[in-house]
Formats: sequence, C-alpha cells, structure tokens
Amino acid sequence: MNAPRAQPAAPSRGFLGRRIFTTDHRALAILYLLLGLAAVIVGTLLSLVIRIHRVWPTVPFPLYGILRPEDYLAVVTMHGTLMVFFVLTVVPQSAFPNLVLPAQIGTDRMAFPRLNAAAFWLTLASFCVLVAAFFVPQGAPISGWTSYPPLSAIAATGPGQGAGMDCWLFAIGLFCIAAVASSANFLATILARRGPGMSFGRLPLTVWSWLTSSALTVIAFSTLFAAAAMLFADRHCGTSFFIPASEVISGIARTGGGGSPLLWLHLFWFFGHPEVYISILPGMGLASALLANFTRRPVLGYRVMVVATLTIGFLGLGVWGHHMFVSGMNPYAGTAFGLTTIAIAVPSSAEVLTWLAMLFRGRMRFTTPMLFTLGFISFFIAGGLTGPILAQPALDAYLHNTFFVVAHFHLVMAMAGVFSLFAGIYYWYPLLTGRLMNEMLGKAHFWVSLIGAYGTFFPMHFAGLAGEPRHYAQLAGPVESFPSLIPVERGITFAALTLAAAQLIFLFNVFSSARKGVRAGENPWRATTHEWCPGTHPRTRGEPYLYGPNSGDTEDFLPQWELAPPYPSGLKPE
Amino acid sequence: MKWLPPNGALHGIRFDHLLRWNLDAIFWLFVVSQILIVLAMLLAARRRRSSPAARPPQPQSFPAFLLTSVLPLLAITALYIAMLVTSHHLWAVSREQAGARNAVRVEVTGVQFAWYFRYPGDDRVYGKLVPKLVNAPAGNPLGLDPNDPHSRDDIVSPILILPAGRPVDLRLRSQDVIHGFFIPGMRLKQDAIPGMIGHLQFTPEVPGVYPILCTQVCGLGHGRMQAELRVVTESRFRSWLASRERMALATAADDEPSPAPVESRP
Repeated sequence: MNAPRAQPAAPSRGFLGRRIFTTDHRALAILYLLLGLAAVIVGTLLSLVIRIHRVWPTVPFPLYGILRPEDYLAVVTMHGTLMVFFVLTVVPQSAFPNLVLPAQIGTDRMAFPRLNAAAFWLTLASFCVLVAAFFVPQGAPISGWTSYPPLSAIAATGPGQGAGMDCWLFAIGLFCIAAVASSANFLATILARRGPGMSFGRLPLTVWSWLTSSALTVIAFSTLFAAAAMLFADRHCGTSFFIPASEVISGIARTGGGGSPLLWLHLFWFFGHPEVYISILPGMGLASALLANFTRRPVLGYRVMVVATLTIGFLGLGVWGHHMFVSGMNPYAGTAFGLTTIAIAVPSSAEVLTWLAMLFRGRMRFTTPMLFTLGFISFFIAGGLTGPILAQPALDAYLHNTFFVVAHFHLVMAMAGVFSLFAGIYYWYPLLTGRLMNEMLGKAHFWVSLIGAYGTFFPMHFAGLAGEPRHYAQLAGPVESFPSLIPVERGITFAALTLAAAQLIFLFNVFSSARKGVRAGENPWRATTHEWCPGTHPRTRGEPYLYGPNSGDTEDFLPQWELAPPYPSGLKPE
Repeated sequence: MKWLPPNGALHGIRFDHLLRWNLDAIFWLFVVSQILIVLAMLLAARRRRSSPAARPPQPQSFPAFLLTSVLPLLAITALYIAMLVTSHHLWAVSREQAGARNAVRVEVTGVQFAWYFRYPGDDRVYGKLVPKLVNAPAGNPLGLDPNDPHSRDDIVSPILILPAGRPVDLRLRSQDVIHGFFIPGMRLKQDAIPGMIGHLQFTPEVPGVYPILCTQVCGLGHGRMQAELRVVTESRFRSWLASRERMALATAADDEPSPAPVESRP
C-alpha cells in the first residue's frame, strides 16, 4: 500500500525509516491496522474452532487433534482477549485516530509523536506476549477474558493458569501502558493542537468521540493496570489482594491473607464497562458523519449528539456494577447500578433516534461505507435493546452468563463495532492508497456479513433463554430445554462459517484494490472534514457537516477548510 | 414461557411474566426500528429515481421535531423506567429481605467441580468446618470437624432435596474459586465466592427434578459441574431427612471417617 501523502520532511529515509520505525502517525495507523488484521484473523479462526467444536465435538482439528475441555476454555479466553483488546480497541481507538485525528482538527502533527510511536511498539509487544501463551507449558489460560480470581490467582487451579496466565497478565499490563500513552497523546493533541479556526463547536463528531473515549481509556486502563499488577503480586510476591483467607485447591488447604475476589470484579469491570464505550463511541461518531455525507444533509442536532456522547462517557464510568448483580454484591448496590444503566440507555436511544431521523432526509446514496453504517445502526439497535433487560437485577439473575448475554454483547459491541470499523476502512481507504475499494465486492461483503452475523448471534438469545451457560464446550447435561437447542447450535455454526467466509471477500478487496482500485482523486466522497483537504495547514471556516444543495459555493457541500489558492506546490496529492 | 425451562418456583411466575412483557416490548421496538431503516432505504431509492435534482433541505418545523424526536425519546425513557420499576419489586422481595423464619436452611458449597449441600440437622446449627480436614475420597468433602458437637448431625448430600411450598434459605459458599450457582427451573442464580457467604431465598412450589449448573467459568471441569434439585412433598422430605440424620449420627458415633455419602432416593 502506498500512501499518497508521505511527509515530505523525510524523503531520504528508506522504506523502514518511512513506514516502520517512524513517528509519522499515518504510517503508525497502517501498522495498527495490520496488527488489528492479524489479531482479527487469529480471533476469528479461534471463534470457528469454538463453533465447530460445539457442534462436532469429536472431529479432530488438523495439526492438533480433538479438543480437550481445557483447550476449549483456552480458545474462548484467547478469542475474547484478542477481539476486545487488539481488534475492538486497537482499530477504533488507535488506528483510526492515527489515520485522521490530526487532520480532522486541522493540524499535521500529534502532540507527542514519539510517545505515540512507543505506544504502537508496546501494543505489538503485548500482542506477541499474549499469543506466546499458546506455546508455553500447559498452554493458554482458561479463566475467560475477565480472569476472575482465585482461578486466575493460583496456578494450581487449572491447566494454563501458570505460565499461560502470566503471559496474559504481562500482555495486559503492556497493553494498558500503551493505551494510556496513546490516549494521553490524543487528548493533548485535541486540546492543544487544533488548527486555526478549529473551535470546540466545529470539531467533527468523530473527534468528540475520541476526546471522550481517550479520557475513558486513561481512566479505565490505568485501573486495569493497577488490578493486573495486584494480581501479579498475588501470584508471585505473596500478597493476597484477591485471595481469601482459606482456600482448598484439589484437596490441599492453603491459608493466606484474607483478600477478596470481589475486589477484582470491581476493578476489572470499572475498566471493563468503559471499555465497551471506548470500542463503540468512535463508531457512533463515524456513523453520524457518514450519515450526513451519504444523505447530503447536515448532522441533525450536532449539539445534542455532542452532549449525548459526553453523557454516555460520563455515565459509562458509573455502571460497572451491572456485571456483578449476581456476584453477591449488596443488593441495594444492584438497584443503584440498574438505575445508572437505564440512565445511560437514554442518551444512547437519543443518538439512535437521531440517526433514524437522519435516514429519512435527503437522498441516501448506497455506497459500501453507507451500507456498513446502516448495518452498524441495525446491530446497535438489536444488541442495545437487550441492554435495558439485562440492566434489571431481577431479570439478570436468570440471564447472567447465559448465551443471552453472549448474544447481547456480540451484537452491540462486536458486530456493531466491527461494522463501523468496516465503514471506516471503506470510507478512509483512499487516504491510505489513493484508490477506492471495489464497490461490487464491498456490497457482496456487506450483505453476506449482515446475514451471517444475524444468523450467528440472533439465535443465541433463545439458547440463553433456555438457560444455556457460557463457557460450556458441549450442551451435555440435564437441562430439559438443551437437547432442543442442538439444531439451533448447528444453525449458528453454519451462519458463523458464512460470516467468516464473507471476510475473505473483504481481504481480497483490501489487497487487490490497493493496486487495481479506481483512482480516488481528491475528496472522492465530497466530504467536508479536514482529512479530505487537498492541502496542509488549512484554516477552519465553519461547522463540520455543511451538506445539502446551496450549502457550498458551487457544490452541495461546504468544506470546513479554507485554502488560499493557488495551492503551494508540492502539497497537492497526486 | 415456551423458551424457558418449566418454572417451579413461587417467584418464577412473576419473573416469567416480567421477562415476557420485557421481551415483547423490545422485540416490537426492534421490528419497528428495522422496518424504519428499510423504509428509509426504499424511500431514498425512489426519490433518487423520480427527481433528478435534490431539493434544498427544509428546516424542520417545531411540531415535527417534537413528534419525531422528543416524543419517541420520552416514550422509550418511560418504557425503560417502567421496566426498572416493575422488576425492582421482584428484586426487593427476593434479595433485599431476610429469609423467612420457618425457612428450610441448606448450605451450598461449590468445589471444583461439584456442588455439595449441607443440612444443619436437628440442632439447626451448621458444624464447624476445618479446611485441613477436607478429604473428598474419605467422605468428608467439606472438612467437617468431628470434634464439634454441632457437626455430628450435619448432613452432606450431593443432591439438593427440598420440600415443596416452604421458603428456603440457601447459604452460598465456595471452597476454591468463584462458581455460579444456577437453577434455571427456579429462576435463580448467584455466585458462590470463596471467602464470602451469600444468601439466596426462594420457595420451590412444583415437585420435580431441576438441574443445577455452574455458570461462572471455574476450570477445566466447568461444563460438567452439574447437580440436581429435587423438590418433594413435605412428608417425603421429612422422612428423607430423618433417615439421613440417623446415618450421620451413626457414623459420627463410630468415630470413623464416614463413608462416601450414599444417596437414599426419596
């Protein structure tokens, strides 16, 4: 892939200097995207192992054989960790801001370029350490991506809880440092490096999202780092933050200091819930921007959207307890967290209603990024609506840790999240390559993915209502309603295989369009925000989303940028 | 409700009713919103075909704004509040109150990878547990202290047997890692956390057999950590308890390590 706008400052450096060992944020964005791609490929293959094993438990996997129960749990743990951290955080919260954030605020430099580059290398190191967990003695950890102690604190509790768990913790620690570093850089960049004329009231909604999600990242990931350090100390330094006074593991009694496993739950979910918004807020901002562009109408209620984004971010810090309704936490706390969770559903619903209203204006163009935005809204609603059900402690007391919850977060976080990532990649691809992605392949990718995703995750609601718990390799067991679920499970597996196969279309499109795609020219989407500005150092002259007939001088849009023509030579893209 | 396993608990009737109307409400919201998306797509396609030039955007009138944005948001907020308020009553009744006085008291212990149920016996006091004495193969999976007089009549069973129609107070604990105690048929779930004692109150109503599952990943045997709840009539419960009581006292009198608990089927 050749970026059309390499920084002219360093023309003499070689490929490594320009593309790999660089502080150029666009080059870093490509590196982050490739890391996300590697993680999503591994994570998806692991999810297929899960689906195949659930339906055909005796079928041996090539090069491995038949999965043991601990292998299944290790695969589930690694799937969750890879997807949440290295796909749903790395791409929307690291790759995309590196790609367009400085440009969108009218600058060409991050506030802390070296810190920003260091964050990438730490993230890469974290990825390598995490994947190494598969190859250490006893393999990867089995305690799920939430790693509840004492299972995660005492190596004797199961295979993978020794060296594998250490790899996991070490990887999480590195990831936390990287996430805080890169988000601190984004915050400083947004606050201090906005170009001339870029007041807060003119920030694109994506930037408002990154402002919110970066603040959340700094708060949430520092907490997770502390929790991971404490867990590491429990494992290796003889402390007992999370290990209770008396433990009997495999018949062997251990006495210790009297810590509380519940403390980990509080710390972990204080990170874990804001993490959901870190993943999805950039997608929400992007959805508003793309709806405006592809309906050629301004964003409805820009101020309402900004307030909703900030409110979601703020309330997102106060809802973590809804993951703990059945943990034995004080029931009054359950009531309080139910209330805050319902409260956060209100600004989220306001955003959804605004998007729906935006759909009915103008003349929607069905480009691939637009289709993926529509898919994002569809999944956001489908997964979001089960939120108010799970927010009720009394109902969650049945649904907690069943497939109903798996369906909920895979629709609202994974599918809505990934569809917004696809929307962003199809939309911003010309910035990376100077070319457009193939539209026909893009549409095929969209429709097969949409059907595959609903086919995979919608039926899981019914498995969850039947009481089927998470982390069970098979439907073995006495619950009467389970045998009736076997056809459902089989259908889910076929849909998941379809969903994964559709991604091959995307992979092919990404790499073939880089060479053979239609040349994009400048501003192919006729967009208003600065990342499409054909020069550098633009002055911002107005609001971000001025679309519609008569809004521009000759066109149906008025860009945010204002250049003094003629362009300075050498700054125009090819 | 047909998707859920048959309900056997008193509060389950209310639970099923609540879940039902919640699911109905969000299902219709889901359907309506998806129809709106498709409708918008169809309208846009027609508009593109029929008129070549786009009309300039009309500023939205205030009544239209009220009707399309404010009103739906208020309605949805009202729905969310109604959901929370109606179900809070159930939560308050089941979790925010102490157990009934005549409750059947049973202690539930989660162990990798089994559930044990301990009845306090005639003295209504749970005997002392000593972690060092835990020895499941020798028949003492919980580490009952034979020197404690309260532990002599304690009954430890791998099956949870409860009488129909009487409130139950479960005392929830774990020996090693966090387990999730889940009886789908009783609409009941709470984690067993090591180092903490939890309490769960409910009233089983319908006699029958109900599976008990572990719903918090607890190690390689998590998926097979299952047990059974049997709800029986009061008289059968009493006779089962009495026979187990005699057995417990006999083995305690022998002062021998008690044999692995033999299940007498009521």
